[in-house]
Amino acid sequence: MSAAEPRLPDLARVTPVDTVGVEERVARFRSRSIKTASKVAGLRLALSMIDLTTLEGADTPGKVRQLCAKAQHLHERMADLPTVAAVCVYPTMVSVARDALGASGIEVASVATAFPSGQAPLSVKLDDTRMAVEAGAAEIDMVIARGAFLAGDYDTVFDEIVAVKAACGDAHLKVILETGELGSLDRVRQASMLAMAAGADFIKTSTGKIKPAATMPVTLTMLHAIRDHYLETGVQVGMKPAGGISDSKTALHYLVMLNETLGAEWMTPRWFRFGASSLANDVLMQLEKQATGRYQSLDYFSKD
Amino acid sequence: MATKSTLAFEPGWQYDPAPESTDHVSLRDSYGLFIDGEFTPAASGKTFETINPATQTPIASVAQAGSEDVDRAVAAARKAYDTVWSKMKPAERGKYVFRIARAIAERAREFAVVESMDGGKPIRESRDIDIPLASAHFFYYAGWADKLNYAFPGASPKSLGVAGQVIPWNFPLLMAAWKLAPALAAGNTVVLKPAETTPLTALKLAELIADVGLPPGVVNIVTGEGDTGAALVRHPDLDKFAFTGSTAVGRDIMRTLAGTGTPYTLELGGKAANIVLEDAALDQAVEGIVNGIFFNQGHVCCAGSRLLVSEAVAEPLLERLRARIDTLIEGDPLDKNTDIGAINSEAQLARINEYIDIGRAEGADIWQGGSDAPQSGYYCRPTLITGVAQSNRVVQEEIFGPVLTVQTFRTFDEAREKANNTPYGLSGGVWTDKGSRIFKMTGALRAGVVWANTFNKFDPTSPFGGYKESGMGREGGLHGLGAYLDLGMGAGA
Amino acid sequence: MSGERARLDVAKTYKLYIGGKFPRTESGRYASFERGDGAGAVNVCRASRKDFRNAVVAARGAVAGWSAASAYLRGQIIYRIAEMLEGRAAQFASELHAEGVAEAAAAAQVEASVDRLIHYAGWTDKYTQVLSSVNPVASSHFNFSLPEPTGVVAAVLPERPGLLGLVSVIVPAIVGGNTVVALASESHPLSAVSFAEVLHASDVPGGVVNLLTGQRDELLSHMAGHMDVNALALCDVSADAATAAEKAAAENFKRVRRFDDVDWSADASASPWHIEAFQEIKTTWHPVAN
Repeated sequence: MSAAEPRLPDLARVTPVDTVGVEERVARFRSRSIKTASKVAGLRLALSMIDLTTLEGADTPGKVRQLCAKAQHLHERMADLPTVAAVCVYPTMVSVARDALGASGIEVASVATAFPSGQAPLSVKLDDTRMAVEAGAAEIDMVIARGAFLAGDYDTVFDEIVAVKAACGDAHLKVILETGELGSLDRVRQASMLAMAAGADFIKTSTGKIKPAATMPVTLTMLHAIRDHYLETGVQVGMKPAGGISDSKTALHYLVMLNETLGAEWMTPRWFRFGASSLANDVLMQLEKQATGRYQSLDYFSKD
Repeated sequence: MATKSTLAFEPGWQYDPAPESTDHVSLRDSYGLFIDGEFTPAASGKTFETINPATQTPIASVAQAGSEDVDRAVAAARKAYDTVWSKMKPAERGKYVFRIARAIAERAREFAVVESMDGGKPIRESRDIDIPLASAHFFYYAGWADKLNYAFPGASPKSLGVAGQVIPWNFPLLMAAWKLAPALAAGNTVVLKPAETTPLTALKLAELIADVGLPPGVVNIVTGEGDTGAALVRHPDLDKFAFTGSTAVGRDIMRTLAGTGTPYTLELGGKAANIVLEDAALDQAVEGIVNGIFFNQGHVCCAGSRLLVSEAVAEPLLERLRARIDTLIEGDPLDKNTDIGAINSEAQLARINEYIDIGRAEGADIWQGGSDAPQSGYYCRPTLITGVAQSNRVVQEEIFGPVLTVQTFRTFDEAREKANNTPYGLSGGVWTDKGSRIFKMTGALRAGVVWANTFNKFDPTSPFGGYKESGMGREGGLHGLGAYLDLGMGAGA
Repeated sequence: MSGERARLDVAKTYKLYIGGKFPRTESGRYASFERGDGAGAVNVCRASRKDFRNAVVAARGAVAGWSAASAYLRGQIIYRIAEMLEGRAAQFASELHAEGVAEAAAAAQVEASVDRLIHYAGWTDKYTQVLSSVNPVASSHFNFSLPEPTGVVAAVLPERPGLLGLVSVIVPAIVGGNTVVALASESHPLSAVSFAEVLHASDVPGGVVNLLTGQRDELLSHMAGHMDVNALALCDVSADAATAAEKAAAENFKRVRRFDDVDWSADASASPWHIEAFQEIKTTWHPVAN
């Protein structure tokens, strides 16, 4: 789509959200029973949507290389497994990850913009972003300025996203709303509309550093915002719940939610990601269980 | 640049069948009448078959009670009232009702499966709504048994005696609970007639009641068709009558009971408006509309069968509603993923289809969404009827199926007027983000239950019942308790 | 009284009370009523079904305003009725006496009627609290039930006591926000008509109470059958007539309350449960969340 000048939307006109209603809808998704072949298909899809993540102060090149190895060799005993979508690291680790992943087809995603707090001058955030892109990140996960958003200074939040988007060049921009700090689903929906209007390629729930991180009600609210944006502009935006999704059942519930909210077009790693560190092994255990009929032990799955 | 985009749900990720297991269910081939604590055949020996509407196959044969059997059941209830139940300490009476609540909870899954087999409702609903609510209803009223003196200021409440009760086929066990729990807790004995197309969970309940040791005759269950119900309502030895069903039958009952002095409560039909104002939380409104009309295939007296939507948001709302309806899964009631099950009976399906034809003949637009319905069994796809006015029959008359009419309005007052412009007054819904408008609209609707920013919610503590032709009296909560008591406030009170 | 009086009495014309006005019956008919105190005969209107129909139109028109009036205002107005009645106690006692009630009993009945009005004036802002509930539902909703007026109540008033019976039946209905079309006692109609004057002088909006005099046998079937009447109060109506009325009432599901052989002088004959008789309980659900 040719980009018209991005304009800050009137957040007062964003469709309101009723939290109890959202929770009831989520309960319906959770009541879906996913069995047999559809379960295997769902698990494999979930696996392919994972952004395998390490975002620790203690991250080292060694740790990142191990993670990249795991990304490429999820579970060698099972044939024909998909790979995860990306490995997500801090900007200083992008080049290490890029080298380690080579031609695997797995992307390198980097957090940026003074992750996780975002409390830094715009110039620092932009430098952070450019550095990650130059080091080989194909995807940038930025954080919004929650303080400014909560203070009602929407222009600042919006302008920052526009500026970071420009700094990304060809890299895809995921905008982290840090929904656990926004206080209500109404604010989540408003922030989603703001981020998409500013040029987000993906919107993402959380840094993983704040609880609650991703929840199904928050994600559903963001999916509705994505749907509204799509119906309004024709522009498809991706969704990434991150943090707190660690088991297969939950991942399948998220996919049910995606399937029944945005439909077939979004059911691909191109438009949906899970930001998670321990989800992959649980999905692998479930796939093994489906194949063998035996419940599994983590002792048989490499940790990273 | 703003091309018109639409969502696509086909070909999506299709869920494999997830059938609820049925191997734990015990059903007999035939059931007698439950009178004085025992199952006995009808005096005439007549029986009828109850069939599974999803497969059109018979499940069990059931005794058809005649007036002789009704006499016997009322006599058993009278004897139990006089000799046991009215003499029992209220706290002990309450403990029996608590037992029923707990026993239903223990056997919940079996009841859920039988309910879905017999009535066609999705197992998700019978499992998550009907059966748990039935148990909760007994649990709530059980606790009232020894607290009646605290319930009604200044009154000296006493039980009435023998209650006759007739219930419909849309929520078979839940309606039995709504009827039995307050009656028993208040100290009455009961003769209950379940609907002829859905007698099984009531008969399973009879087994359960025997198992928990309720004294014989306190609860009697007579199965049969309309004639059986008519024999019950005409019985001269009743002290109370309670009915849930159609407005037409309710009117007959009121005529029959005229002059007898027998108190009665009636829960009848409805044609509820679900009103979406322009500032509504649209996605939750869509969900509430779906839940309002497609819950239990629309076989719900309080269904939100008339959508009234502000012209300002009609287009985006309907677009989202159609997309949502397209994700509904219609099919085997026993599949855990089924959203819309089977229509309860062949007759009801014919009636629904007749209304859809009427709508078409009236010039309305008919749209049907959702997944493809199974080829056999009684199914009706979720249906929207647009291009209709208040004067259309499909807008005025209760269809009792998964059929929603859509009208638009311009102002608050127009919405209120359209909503109230009906002889019914059971329920209503309003969707708006503004608190002051909620209470203005909920106050203005002439209906007994009003859901604001939600729809089709039920709770044992929450009184339910209609204005105008939707009935009289309340069931549930404190007000539902009063319907089974003589408050001792002198004539007329 | 003696023939020496210099001035001729001005006799009152007993008319109907419909929509805040005092029309004669449209039918032009009357019933002659012999005063019990020997003062001769008076004529009372014999209302027709058309008078009843007109009264229902007036009562329906008054529902919206009266049911929306604040409880405080309704209390003030009903208290005002009591004040007006108290001020005209002698007249009412005399009329009751004219209807054959012994003098002492007539005075006592007027006092009891005033006191009953005071009793119910105090209920207007309390019955809602007594009859309502907040229901602790298991889901995340605020849920409450409160009474609302049924609408238009048609009442066949007790034959006796003429005034206290009238007050005891009509007032709880209007306390609850309903409007009323009442058929006065056939044998004791005079105080009913005079009571209309009291209502008229008490800021009761026109149409809230409409009083007819006439014959039960003629009017009851129309009262029971009218599709815009929401409820029926039947006082001391014969079993056969009541049965027929209840059958007719089924056509639009009128709420029917029968009051037979009630001792209206007893304190127990006034209670919030008489208000409740013509109330509908409305339950409202609302989500609770951030």
